[in-house]
Amino acid sequence: MSSEPLLRMRGIDKDFAGVPALSGVDMTVAPGEVRALIGQNGAGKSTLIKVLTGVHRRTGGRIRFAGRDVDFGSPQEAQRAGIAPIYQEVNLIPYRSVAENVCIGRAPRRFGLLDWRAVNAEARERLAALGVHVDVTRPLHTYPIATQQMTAIARALAFDARLVIMDEPTSSLAEHEVGILLDVIRRLRDAGVAVVFVSHRLDELYAVADTITVLRDGRTVADAPIAELSKYELVSAMLGRELAESGRRGHRTDAAAEPVVLEASGLRRPPALNGSSVSVRRGEVVGLAGLLGSGRSETARAIFGADPPRGGEVRVAGEPAAFAAPRDAIRARIGFCPEDRKAEGIIPELSVRENLTLALLPRLTRRGIVDRARQREIVARFVDRLGIKLAGPDQKIGELSGGNQQKVLLARWLCTRPDLLILDEPTRGIDVGAKQEIRDLIGELADDGLSVLLISSEIEELVTGCDRVLVLRDGATVAEFSGAGISEDAILHAMAEGVSAGVRTEGGTDD
Amino acid sequence: MTDLTVGRSPEPAAPARARREWYGIAGRYGAGLLLLVLFAYNAAFTPNFLTPTALLDVQLRQAAPVTIVALGMALVIALAGIDLSVGSVMAVAGQVGALSLVAGLDPVPAIVLALLASAACGAFNGVLVARYGVQPIIATLILFIAGRGIAQLLSDGALISFRSPDFQFLGLGRIAGIPMPVVLMVLVAAALWFVVRHTGYGRTLPATGGNEPAARLAGVRTGRVKLVAYVTCGVLAGLAGLAAIAITSASDANNVGLGVELQAIAAVAISGTPLSGGRITVGGTFVGAVTLVLLRNTLVAHGIPTEIAQIVTGLVIVLALFLQRRGR
Repeated sequence: MSSEPLLRMRGIDKDFAGVPALSGVDMTVAPGEVRALIGQNGAGKSTLIKVLTGVHRRTGGRIRFAGRDVDFGSPQEAQRAGIAPIYQEVNLIPYRSVAENVCIGRAPRRFGLLDWRAVNAEARERLAALGVHVDVTRPLHTYPIATQQMTAIARALAFDARLVIMDEPTSSLAEHEVGILLDVIRRLRDAGVAVVFVSHRLDELYAVADTITVLRDGRTVADAPIAELSKYELVSAMLGRELAESGRRGHRTDAAAEPVVLEASGLRRPPALNGSSVSVRRGEVVGLAGLLGSGRSETARAIFGADPPRGGEVRVAGEPAAFAAPRDAIRARIGFCPEDRKAEGIIPELSVRENLTLALLPRLTRRGIVDRARQREIVARFVDRLGIKLAGPDQKIGELSGGNQQKVLLARWLCTRPDLLILDEPTRGIDVGAKQEIRDLIGELADDGLSVLLISSEIEELVTGCDRVLVLRDGATVAEFSGAGISEDAILHAMAEGVSAGVRTEGGTDD
Repeated sequence: MTDLTVGRSPEPAAPARARREWYGIAGRYGAGLLLLVLFAYNAAFTPNFLTPTALLDVQLRQAAPVTIVALGMALVIALAGIDLSVGSVMAVAGQVGALSLVAGLDPVPAIVLALLASAACGAFNGVLVARYGVQPIIATLILFIAGRGIAQLLSDGALISFRSPDFQFLGLGRIAGIPMPVVLMVLVAAALWFVVRHTGYGRTLPATGGNEPAARLAGVRTGRVKLVAYVTCGVLAGLAGLAAIAITSASDANNVGLGVELQAIAAVAISGTPLSGGRITVGGTFVGAVTLVLLRNTLVAHGIPTEIAQIVTGLVIVLALFLQRRGR
């Protein structure tokens, strides 16, 4: 990269209501450079992009673009300067033709009217330059997402974009479409356009990026030519390494003797799930590790019937079980705390009492009438047992802190007395004290015989809290570690490279 | 997905908070306060207002059909839905009831047939919304338009008059001196209050409306919850339609229930229920509907032209929404 950088961001700070989201982030991109941007949820990738594209105003730092200091007040301003973000959900007009989407706002006119022939020709030409050959007169929505993204890119280039930002463009694409997209990125690079590429699929990053910026907790933790950063180093930098050896769960030696509660094998639901397998024994805490997009949450949702799998087999206590809806899984004594507490967990306007007993409601009801006395008694018991801090059981759950909300959601499932509890990132976004309380609680519950499938992005949480850890990569189980074999190193290696050491396939042979 | 982390907004300062709470209370009980004001004003300035005849036979009986419809609407709105078809469903139920009577059916089977027809209308709405994910305003717009057409077609556009004292009891009869429509309105409100407060369904309703994905993950059959709400809303509209034709002993498909959908939505709105779903207040809806009717009657009784009365009603709704927003 000998040329003058096109974009230079220096010491970018961004606070939201006093809470820092970015602190001193640096990033440079040269013309014709493909820069990968990676980090966990909440690391600040989106915030950084939004600061750059004028969606958010930065709190501090400098941005130079194309040789001058800039401070974009709106996305339109950034776009006029030549910065074009391509979002995952394409922001185009689905019911207009591809050609119109490419040319809208600057379409060739003749005698004051749209010159359709010229519009179509120009769109065809611009798409062909990206290696895409389609009928540009058809409505955009009739094409697959990949083509829609190409249209968005063609449109950006029609506006003389000099920097294209792609935020997880491949997450909803099929494999061959990913290939096409990567090819387009290379063409952009060759044409001197700079590209910032956000993705969690390491193979893609290594296939197409020149340089990489890794963010963690709002800071730049790595900035290097991608050839100089191994996948393992990348994942380590991204997740941070803060393993506390103390407080490690006493791994059960007798776990192998316990009956298998859940056995899921070869779960498929493309593109996210491509044959993941999971098994959990009674009283066992099994961890699911993997990068974003590796299919952890999707595996949990498939098992629970929230998004039923299209292929594969689920067995509960040895019996085949195909849950078409969460209700069926709940009947089979499975509980599931989803990853996004706000969007899929709490019902903010309802009281703690109602939130806590929601899953138990069918069993609290006799001839349609809710047994309020029992409801109160159960709520009091779990509020006490989990140490939930609240003004009273009729307080709205939305008013509680994140940690207390999470405890209410745990109680929602615990009061149904499940055999298996699936926890997706149960300690995300809650304070340190509550985090430890919830981790301790999971251990205690397992000691009492509850089986737990624990999804976590915090490796030390898996290392210290699990009897066994499965690693997913690209929607399939690629490694399994148990007992003393569980180490941060081993898990990181498997996440980064898919080393299949210790993969053990189970099921299908025991009967 | 790359989420951005946003910190919790800091707690507002004490005066701002107190003000917000005041607005919250005003938003929640605003309709009740307005009802008290209207009542006091009428008691002082409207001749003969404080007589059983004026209160029961005029004010409350007029309020009954709108209130019954509004109570059904509250269920649907608790699910972040809306039902524009209630007026047309009233007309359909009226036509089916009247035709059945004219055909010689006894009142009870006639009523059952009419309510079945309105339940079918509600089921149509519910299936579109719950099963096919059609936006409620579009789904119910279909019957809003077509329903009245169907109703008119049933009698080739003609008015159907009937004579059936037993049936007319529904509109003109009295129990313990209280007019039947008022009795019906109170019974429906009481039943709904019980359902909302004490039944499993009553708890899954605001859960589904408040956060549908979360409710589904907690095992709630969200589709069924919606279907039941739309069917109930349809049946209540049908009941209101029967009460309406029982009063006049004639079914006029062009006029029965005309515009009632908007009055019902307004009644729910001024009761402090957000149209975004997740909340239901049976008492508030009742008070809201009665308040709107009393407001209009008061204005008209004091010689204010209907046009102005409508504008004032609009302003009251604006005020209610303003208070709700500030109270959040």
